[in-house]
Amino acid sequence: MKNEQKIYNFCGNRKLVASIAVIFVLLAVIGTLIMKVDVAIEFKGGTIITYNYVGDINTKDVEKVISDTLNLNAKVGAGENLSTGENNITVEFTSKEGLSAERQNQLSNALNEKFADNKLEILDSNDVNPTTGKEFFLKCLVAVLFAALLIIVYVALRFKKIGGWPAGVCSVIALFHDMLVVYVAFIFCGFEINSNFMAVILTILGYSINNTIVIYDRIRENKSLMPKASLREITNAGCTQSLTRSVRTTVTTLGTMLIVSIVVFASGYTSLLSFSIPLIFGLISGAYSSLFVSTTVWVAWLEKAETKKKANKSSKK
Amino acid sequence: MKKNNKSVFFIVSILILAFAVSTLFGFSTYFGDIETVRIKGVKDIRLGIDIQGGVDVTFKPEGDTDVSENQLKVATEVMKARLVSLNINDSEVYNDTKNDRIIVRFPWQAGEKDFDPEAAVKELGDTAELTFRIGDEYDVDEEGNITPKGEVVLTGADINAAANGQQPKSEGGTDYEYVVQLKLNDSGKEKFSQATGQLAGTTTPLSIWLDNEMISAPTVNQQLSDGTAVITGNNFTYESSKLLADKINSGALPFNLETVSFKTISPTMGQGSLDAMILAGIIAMIFIAIYMIVLYRLPGFVAVIGLIGQVAGSLAAISGWFGFMNSSTLTIPGIAGIILAVGMGVDANIITAERIKEEINTGKTIDSSLRVAYKRAFTAILDGNITMILVAIVLMGAFGVPSSPFAKLLKPLFFAFGATTEGVIYSFGFTLMVGIILNFLMGVLCSRLMLTSLSKFKVFKNKKLYGGAVK
Repeated sequence: MKNEQKIYNFCGNRKLVASIAVIFVLLAVIGTLIMKVDVAIEFKGGTIITYNYVGDINTKDVEKVISDTLNLNAKVGAGENLSTGENNITVEFTSKEGLSAERQNQLSNALNEKFADNKLEILDSNDVNPTTGKEFFLKCLVAVLFAALLIIVYVALRFKKIGGWPAGVCSVIALFHDMLVVYVAFIFCGFEINSNFMAVILTILGYSINNTIVIYDRIRENKSLMPKASLREITNAGCTQSLTRSVRTTVTTLGTMLIVSIVVFASGYTSLLSFSIPLIFGLISGAYSSLFVSTTVWVAWLEKAETKKKANKSSKK
Repeated sequence: MKKNNKSVFFIVSILILAFAVSTLFGFSTYFGDIETVRIKGVKDIRLGIDIQGGVDVTFKPEGDTDVSENQLKVATEVMKARLVSLNINDSEVYNDTKNDRIIVRFPWQAGEKDFDPEAAVKELGDTAELTFRIGDEYDVDEEGNITPKGEVVLTGADINAAANGQQPKSEGGTDYEYVVQLKLNDSGKEKFSQATGQLAGTTTPLSIWLDNEMISAPTVNQQLSDGTAVITGNNFTYESSKLLADKINSGALPFNLETVSFKTISPTMGQGSLDAMILAGIIAMIFIAIYMIVLYRLPGFVAVIGLIGQVAGSLAAISGWFGFMNSSTLTIPGIAGIILAVGMGVDANIITAERIKEEINTGKTIDSSLRVAYKRAFTAILDGNITMILVAIVLMGAFGVPSSPFAKLLKPLFFAFGATTEGVIYSFGFTLMVGIILNFLMGVLCSRLMLTSLSKFKVFKNKKLYGGAVK
């Protein structure tokens, strides 16, 4: 039984692929400029204040009072002093210059007024430097770039048959495309840039590169199976053959993340959404970019190289 | 894999399931009320501050010592390195340069048995200045505090790297003891050679101190100029020699510290977020199982067993189920690593199952379809997973402890950066690496063994079960 499948055109929509990429670059730039990007205290530094209290206190209420009176996004945690046994709350917010004495008084007054029964007492106040800061981001960047370089070299070696280096570079282009989408999702959803962000970026890095490799693998195989076919034909055939797999793998991972999002949303742990929702965007982008971006750019590259070669040959003659 | 008997399926699947059950529940023996954990289960996994909460310790320089901003920064880095060598992958270390405070946070939950936060705080706050001194004299003050007196020959700064190892107790003996081996840097090499030359043959010992505690005081037989030194200690065990080597490697604090406050903190993701995550994980696993079996029938069923093994294996690597691996801390990025690896596992199975379907639909027999499909699918799976391993190695090298093998490998690349040990990213790399290795084992090898074996049964000789078109 021969199943004649319709071959879809994946690598022909150069304008569309380019426009989508440009839109995301613009969104990232505009978003960074106009949206208030929250950066976690470990990256930006900030203030940590500890209060002793008695009775019961709801940390969510404290957060609300702080954002109402001081217009600050604070994280409030509860704890217990291990040497004295007293209860305490820890208020944390990011700030560049720390909190002025005036603002700190304002905060303490507001809290004392609203939570008079809890007899809040300031125990400790520290303006902390970013723990990781610039050097960490730089190191992350070097690590990601180095990983990208290794990927390019690996892909170039393993996919020699289909023009190794362009394939390696194009797979990394698709990868950066997906990381950009994750970044845009993060800032437009208003999530804080924290270690969850790093985790999502790295996860998408993995998924994206794998998606692209699976498709290149099919193109590599088609190259020997269909020796007479054109570059576009074997690429489109490869994408079409892997389409079911791409859709099904994406449905599984996407479904998993949707389940996680729904469960954490329903149970009220919305902080975990900053992990699952950007991942959903990244997964969709990963499926799209491996089928369209990595193939379109690659085909365009090889075709250009081909015409150049021909032009050289004819000019030599 | 020609000799694949029918029984292989049962052997492999029972092994996987037994492994999964033992990692989930662990195994403990009871003697009266005393529980001894023989095999660590999921409940023994240490969770990160983000999921479980922890303790917050604020340190300040001892007494009124005035420390510079730079010293505080050095101390912060030393703290971070120590946290990772104590296997605390998840931590936050802040410093406040205005008030000279170092705030360290690490995961802990009240009632945890295997982990003593006070001992950990003590380890962290230790100055841990290693000194080699001439002679073993010391002063004792009224309170019984010891201060070494001998002239300092070497300090921690003269040491390039320390490692624990074993050597015979006496020359040519068969009785081995644990020691800490030191590799000296150029300055240390010269000083050590000079000092050993001076002391060789005399009765004056060369004493080795960690802060104000004498580790040993051997006499010197000959001049040692090859740039290595060995610390033999009274009754070093594997653990104590490793602890000392780690301490020397993470360096000494530039000043003494005292604890200002010591308190618990609630999980940053919210109290009880763990339950929500377990629930989400279970529902997601059921969803994947149903989806795979509905889509791919027999290959799907086999894939689910493999995936169970993969998840169990990842958890086992974190809980310390494997004797040779220390338990580590599970954080959200660590979970992300597991999710990525499981996603790769699902993908490997989908790629293979799609291939089987294709091959069957070209009219091949089940046997040859399976053989061809596994072979063709493998190249894609291999390339995808090898790139993941490359990524994991880079991350573990960039953000792990400086003395780890991957970190040494990548040192030429990251030399410009300080030893920024970032446990959270490291733990992503770690779970990813473990997950990918398991993927080769479970998703590729075991699933092939199980499916090929099942296909030998008469009941499973129906092409529809492998996704063949319904005729």
